[in-house]
Amino acid sequence: MTNKQILLDHGSGGKLSHELISSVFVKHFANNTLKELTDSALCKVSSDQIAFTTDSYVVQPIFFPGGDIGKLAVCGTVNDLAVTGATPLYLSCGFIIEEGFSIEELDKIVSSMAKEAKNSGVQIVTGDTKVVERGAADKIFINTAGIGIIDKKNVEIANAKGVQTGDKIIINGPIAEHGVSVLGKRNELDFKTDINSDCASLNELIAKVLRISDKVKFMRDATRGGVATVLCELAENKKLGIKLDEDTIPIKENVRGICEMLGFDPLYVANEGKVVIVIGAEDAEKVLKEMKKDPLGKESAVIGEIVQDHAGKVVLNTVVGGSRIVDMLSGAQLPRIC
Amino acid sequence: MKYIDEYRDKQLVLNIAENIKKISKKEIALMEVCGGHTMSIYKFGLPSLLPKTVKLISGPGCPVCVTSTKFVDQAIAYSKLPEVIIATFGDLIRVPGSNSSLVKEKANGADIRLVFSPLEALEIAKENTDKKVVFLGIGFETTAPTSAATIIDAYKQGVKNFYVLSSHKVMPPAMSALIDEGVTLNGYICPGHVSTITGSEIYEPIAKKYKLGCVISGFEPADMMQSIYMLVKQFESGEPKVEIEYKRAVKPEGNLKAKKMLDEVFELRDDWWRGLGILPKSGLGIRDKYREYDAEKMLVVDVPEPVEPKGCSCGEVLKGIKEPKECKLFAKVCTPEHPVGACMVSSEGACAARYKYDK
Repeated sequence: MTNKQILLDHGSGGKLSHELISSVFVKHFANNTLKELTDSALCKVSSDQIAFTTDSYVVQPIFFPGGDIGKLAVCGTVNDLAVTGATPLYLSCGFIIEEGFSIEELDKIVSSMAKEAKNSGVQIVTGDTKVVERGAADKIFINTAGIGIIDKKNVEIANAKGVQTGDKIIINGPIAEHGVSVLGKRNELDFKTDINSDCASLNELIAKVLRISDKVKFMRDATRGGVATVLCELAENKKLGIKLDEDTIPIKENVRGICEMLGFDPLYVANEGKVVIVIGAEDAEKVLKEMKKDPLGKESAVIGEIVQDHAGKVVLNTVVGGSRIVDMLSGAQLPRIC
Repeated sequence: MKYIDEYRDKQLVLNIAENIKKISKKEIALMEVCGGHTMSIYKFGLPSLLPKTVKLISGPGCPVCVTSTKFVDQAIAYSKLPEVIIATFGDLIRVPGSNSSLVKEKANGADIRLVFSPLEALEIAKENTDKKVVFLGIGFETTAPTSAATIIDAYKQGVKNFYVLSSHKVMPPAMSALIDEGVTLNGYICPGHVSTITGSEIYEPIAKKYKLGCVISGFEPADMMQSIYMLVKQFESGEPKVEIEYKRAVKPEGNLKAKKMLDEVFELRDDWWRGLGILPKSGLGIRDKYREYDAEKMLVVDVPEPVEPKGCSCGEVLKGIKEPKECKLFAKVCTPEHPVGACMVSSEGACAARYKYDK
């Protein structure tokens, strides 16, 4: 390509658009469906029920330790499908790019998307690119939508229908890493960390769990709003009591340190590779053991359970033996001043 | 985390709780003055570990909460000036002014930047010489020295476009005023960070005049519980005095260098506290020597008399007369998403802490 920067013409549908599509998108996403470049991708599915989701990614900074906006756009949508019990198959991607954006960086992002798609076993089969004037977008925004197929036995997981008293709550590893890693890269917070985002596709880990247990009652990826928000929503919607034990919740020391310093409660900090699983008590140990064998679940832990008391509320037993309510987050957590 | 986890040891905390139960016979009301203490109490669920005889009341020690509506209105007026960049601690941007808030002005295009230290604000000023940078100086003896140090820096470096809008305050006048107003207390859990600067001597008059125990506490759960234990013990034995629990950080004489800087830049003046009104010699104004950094004197804006929210009980909550739950707006009209009063804004505010952890 002769240009080094994205021009408005790259989104015009003309020659430059075609050049960009073939030299960046088709090159990296290479698959037979996409190559056809038809207006709609024609995909085969082997089920009469599909799961369908969409999400937009506007993360700033676009490159962060442990990932980038492209990887995030694939993982996020793959995970949204996987936590409903579906097997993710196809993704679409829409790019909104700010005029002047570096083509080299775009190439990096697209290559990272392709790598993550391959890794999680999905195909990116259709896409769209728009270029907006300088200032009308912040570098690059990506939307991905995804289609997966879902087995009949898993269709109740998404709505948590089967959750009952005594069920255990499992998480697949240490919390708050994505939020803290991105925060460390922001201009306004000039601190250096070696904390990587936990950004990862969880579909394989989840598939393993579903293969060995039919007692999975509910799953949700704990992204924005963190683990607390997922559990508060569950408690409120289903009028269930949830008890958490603070000292069982996995968190890395350096992440805890930064949260402590900034006055953040890690329970509310975003993750991009963590799933909260509610499972029948009888299968909890078996599933935990299986999860620990997976690289993305090595530090899995049971962090709480569904209880009869305090319906609609999440109560945390604190590290010092006290107890307190965990409530929904209101607005973004702001740094404390003293 | 070293130096933190030692003070979050479950057995240690439970042992102290047991000791408190053993010695506490009479009902006792203790006020934690500092917002950081309020947070810690609720974050670790400490009330659930205390006997019924011990009642904790949240006091006026959250800087955001005691800041006047007029201050916020003035900051908003500055933010509307095209040549001004506002630099502020994060908590302040959601505090409602009479008709707007900084977060709303930011959405309208005002240049408002969040900083962790006034020194960052000074850097912004140096990078934007065509702009005027106004730092919103709030907080007690803890944050005031960094504002002082920054003003001294600006003076030495000859920076001409940096200003501080000072609403810095000092703690003891508020602690006395509460008792004078008739709030019934049996002891103060005194602020830890403030005391690292001021030392413990500033509480002596309170202990003597009002016969109240004053224990300077650290912020970890074991610190808080130990301080409560010390206050209960003083109360039961009838010997109120000033004691330091937070010995690893607080010296009786305080931080002399920081105190000197405070004195170099600031002078005591009467100041307005939300809920308490005007308290004599409770605020820190910028001395004439540094007037070129004083936003109030150098950037004059016309701010009408503020409109205080109707039905808001922030004042009574700050005095410890009302529990947040007793305010008729609490959790109904006034929530962290739509705060009516300042106590609901900062995570350290009594209402916000109660809303989050104990609704």
